[in-house]
Amino acid sequence: MDLIVDGFLKAFHLLISLDREVLGITLLSLQVSGLATMISLFLGISCGTAVALTEFPGRNLVVSLINAGMALPPVVVGLFVTVFFWRNGPFGFMELLYTPAAMVVAQTIIATPIVTGITLAAMQSLPKKLRLQILALGATRPQMLLILMREAQLPLLAAIMAGFGGVISEVGASIMVGGNIKGYSRVLTTATVMETSRGNFDMAIALSIILLFFVFLINLALTLIQQRERPR
Amino acid sequence: MPMLTVNNLKVARGGIPVLDIPHFELEAGESLAILGPNGAGKTTFLLTLARLLIYSQGELLFKGQDISLPELTVPYRRRLAMVFQEPLLLNTTVFNNVAAGLKIRRMAKQEIEKRVSKYAELLKITHLLNRDARKLSGGEAQRTNLARAFATEPEMILLDEPFANLDAPSRDSLIDDLHSILRQTETTAILATHDRLEALRLADRLAVMDGGKIVQIGACHEVMNHPVNEVAASFVGMETVFSGYVLKVADGSFVVAVAGHAVEALGNVEKGERVLCCIRPENIIISHDNAMEGTSVRNNLPAKIVKIIPQGSFFKVHLDCGFFLAGYVTQQSLENLSLKEGKNVTVSFKATAVHVIRREK
Repeated sequence: MDLIVDGFLKAFHLLISLDREVLGITLLSLQVSGLATMISLFLGISCGTAVALTEFPGRNLVVSLINAGMALPPVVVGLFVTVFFWRNGPFGFMELLYTPAAMVVAQTIIATPIVTGITLAAMQSLPKKLRLQILALGATRPQMLLILMREAQLPLLAAIMAGFGGVISEVGASIMVGGNIKGYSRVLTTATVMETSRGNFDMAIALSIILLFFVFLINLALTLIQQRERPR
Repeated sequence: MPMLTVNNLKVARGGIPVLDIPHFELEAGESLAILGPNGAGKTTFLLTLARLLIYSQGELLFKGQDISLPELTVPYRRRLAMVFQEPLLLNTTVFNNVAAGLKIRRMAKQEIEKRVSKYAELLKITHLLNRDARKLSGGEAQRTNLARAFATEPEMILLDEPFANLDAPSRDSLIDDLHSILRQTETTAILATHDRLEALRLADRLAVMDGGKIVQIGACHEVMNHPVNEVAASFVGMETVFSGYVLKVADGSFVVAVAGHAVEALGNVEKGERVLCCIRPENIIISHDNAMEGTSVRNNLPAKIVKIIPQGSFFKVHLDCGFFLAGYVTQQSLENLSLKEGKNVTVSFKATAVHVIRREK
């Protein structure tokens, strides 16, 4: 029990003293996961919208692949990103392995199917004729897509939350492709794993609390937007 | 020059032809109603005219200009408006919905406000402008939808069964308002519907569609009184349709053999020819014991009442006289003649009440 109390005390101390190392780890976490979420939003919303609005042979297969991708195990992603970025791998020349950039790549691969799947569901839940109605109002294709996205904004906010939530709390891929290098590629989750394995529970608890705090903060912000827009 | 000219238009879906219009013209300022059963191709026709559906073959001219080029699609769509059966409102206020088409056209804010308030007033939704569009009743939502369409001041408006989902009172008042707006703005309109009364209240001309084709088009009274085939007849209210062959011809009148009865009618037909006879229910007289014998009514047939269906202020009586007949009676007649299901009566109708369609050979 002392362990936990000590952990909380230490965490509190680290937080208010703005410990440089903890600060650096936190910032890198937010940067990597934030960037990965943003890239995955761009890719996922485009892909999800495209699949939702078009008919093509093999569409059902693509939809099931996307849905399966929503449960992509981070360690599998980590493994393949490592293999691809390995010195002799296809992208070895880029020398990205064990860099934050590689972590962004891995996290983007994890978040994109999540965003795509939720976007797809959101767009499909709109009435089919709405698209025709918007075009009939004289909209160009980009205008139509923009209006459709605005119509689906509530579920799209859920896509952001799910995507960000998925990558900020992910550890397997980050540790494999980032290497948990101190002051360079160490993020909240990889640091927590390391500190726990070393028995530094106070530090691990402190890092976990920070992680939980940010997950909560970002979801709170998005929830407030979502609930403001909720039909009353 | 006609507002809209269609030549040799063909639309296919999955290789199956769903629309085939050899020629169609619409004059500026005219309103046309398209009547037809579900699946007749009414919606497909309107979507094609709005360039929302790709057609496999044909020519579409708007004020003489060919609008088939892809780069003309959006500018063309901005000259017209389309209203669907469902209101399909955007997830925002009524004001923003009415303004949607104007915002798409990047109109100045002041102009948008002017237009919105003008058309909100015409459609009597001014008091709703700040409301959430999702909280409207069916009638209010469809009024908002129409205001959104008219606010863009289209040269032509396409209405796809806009009243089908509304309750009777909201429908009636909306039809009246739409009629006056169409007259006031002189907007050319095409209305697809399966309700002939709606069509008659709004249209100058009627077209009947069936199986992807326009089977008849003409002035309302012409289509109403001279339907060219069975589908057209049933859609203009000639509920009784039966076929028979011509027994004898004399001086413009002739006798048709139908299910063992001889029915007299007027028209130019040949002996032995198969014809379709149509009678409106309002032209059927029901009596007891052949009471109409010896009058100018030429057809008096024994019949049995199959069913009596209340229609609000009157009743529709289904009769079996070897073939099926429908007639209207008032509540009073029903009581005075003590009409009941299963009762034997006499059915009478004048030879002039029979509309004859010659079967194509």
